[in-house]
Amino acid sequence: MTSVAEARRPAGRPATDRAAWFLVLPALIPILLLSVGPLLYGLLLAFTDAQSGRTAATRWIGGLNFQDLLHDTLFWESFRIGLVWAVGVTLPQFLLALGLALLLDQDLRLRWAARALAIVPWAMPEVVVGIMWRVVYNPDAGVLNETLRHLGLGGGRDWLSGLGTALPAVIVVGVWAGLPQTTVALLAGLQNTPRELHEAAAVDGAGAWRRFRTVTWPVLRPVALAITALNLIWNVNSFALVYVLTNGGPGGKTRLPMLFAYEEAFRYGQFGYAAAMGCVMVAVIAILLAVFLAGRLRGGDDT
Amino acid sequence: MRNHRTPRTATTPSPAGRTAARAGQYAALLAYLVFLAFPFLWLLSTAFKTPRELGSLHPAWIPRHPTLGNFRQAFDEQPLLHAALNSLLVALGAAVVAVLLATPMAYVMARHRGPLARAATGWVVISQAFPFVLVIIPLFLVLKNLRLIDSLAGLVLVYVVWSLPFALWMLVGYVRAVPVELEEAAAVDGAGRLRTLVSVTAPLLAPGLAATALFAFVTAWNEFFFALVLLKTPEHQTLPVVLTHFIGAEGVADLGPLAAAASLATLPSLLVFALIQRRITSGLLTGAVKS
Repeated sequence: MTSVAEARRPAGRPATDRAAWFLVLPALIPILLLSVGPLLYGLLLAFTDAQSGRTAATRWIGGLNFQDLLHDTLFWESFRIGLVWAVGVTLPQFLLALGLALLLDQDLRLRWAARALAIVPWAMPEVVVGIMWRVVYNPDAGVLNETLRHLGLGGGRDWLSGLGTALPAVIVVGVWAGLPQTTVALLAGLQNTPRELHEAAAVDGAGAWRRFRTVTWPVLRPVALAITALNLIWNVNSFALVYVLTNGGPGGKTRLPMLFAYEEAFRYGQFGYAAAMGCVMVAVIAILLAVFLAGRLRGGDDT
Repeated sequence: MRNHRTPRTATTPSPAGRTAARAGQYAALLAYLVFLAFPFLWLLSTAFKTPRELGSLHPAWIPRHPTLGNFRQAFDEQPLLHAALNSLLVALGAAVVAVLLATPMAYVMARHRGPLARAATGWVVISQAFPFVLVIIPLFLVLKNLRLIDSLAGLVLVYVVWSLPFALWMLVGYVRAVPVELEEAAAVDGAGRLRTLVSVTAPLLAPGLAATALFAFVTAWNEFFFALVLLKTPEHQTLPVVLTHFIGAEGVADLGPLAAAASLATLPSLLVFALIQRRITSGLLTGAVKS
């Protein structure tokens, strides 16, 4: 047996740290140069008056950008829209996905079709998803208005240009685009639930809701929390979908924070100001992550 | 529709109740299928319609005189072929480079438990929350100084770094699936560390490497934000960016060619994704849950 233990060493035990570093460097260098570096650089830029295409030197201006942001009503409006969007997409998406995952966990005949079709929204480029829904929402040639006309519910509405309808219309697309991914993740989580537990609970006379609460949910909880946190973060970072659908219009009603920052930086050239916006969004994401981690810790205490 | 939210894993009491529940389940499933499929089918249907049909106030579900005119017009209006070639080059480049760089690091993360591996894991988790806004401006400036702005090579670099975290997650899983005992056996036979990696581990990793490369490919093929910011001249732009040119400045779009071009742009991702969907799901889950 000692020979096996000795043989274990070369591959099983950590090699010298130098060898490990050598293997890690090829990935580490680009990571440091192209993501950690720019991130820190961006934090610095937020405290400067950096602008694109100007000849004067960039100056350190302290917290002035943040002060300006505080008083920028357009920014707060986009912040509010961003919150409505992130929650408005994530929450219905989760509830729908949970229902669907429970449904697809059943022994149903058309299950394969749902799984096969789920690839479509998931794999599509976001730009194409946006274009596709523009075609669907089109006031004249769109399928939505035509269906409504068939059902005698009117139609002829220009969903993406209406001040009241644009944001809800865009949120529906967001839900559609991420639904399969969330469903598949929850479904995979469900399949970790031991069948025997369900059967035992059923024999004990537990109703469907009780079985869900006591058997399914505890197993599903970590997956549900993780996917919800990821979805929230992805939605805070959303850009392409809304850029293609409305480009922030009408009248800024769908101008998500990312669109706002993009315009500030690359249309008006306000690099420092846009970087400050970026910092605010990082703070928001950090809070989301903290809430998520707190939720996980509480889950750990329960068990 | 009624029962689709209720978990119903064990049997329901009465046969009548059971039939009703089943009917409800099928209704919910059907609603889901329609919701998933309809936008896509409408896009395809629109792509084959004649201008006259598109102009009619009561659009047909299925084009009555299917035409390829929209596709021809799409190719005439925008450099679609060239854009697709750009996308292909960028996506292939990003996939190959990402896998080459990620594999050694994933190996270390999977087999070692040092502070290095822990730090790498932590970074992978954090990168899921990466703030694009804060990164894009400095990245723009950095690439500009490196004279890599408006170049496909610069975009490849960005995409490589961007898909590395998830690629690492997938690869760590694949490395862990290769039994350490095999490597040990090779070591006993006197093979050096590098020999062991190349002749024993690498062949067993091949399917995982392929799946990871395909994932990086789709990510790059679909990406829009970085491409929009970093590519200025039309002849360098990738397919998603060129697609948005079909939507005019006032948001007015010629629906037929727009739908035709959009349908075509989806095909490669759909094909690739059909191949690796299962693997991405498991990668997503381990990444999300074990973090």
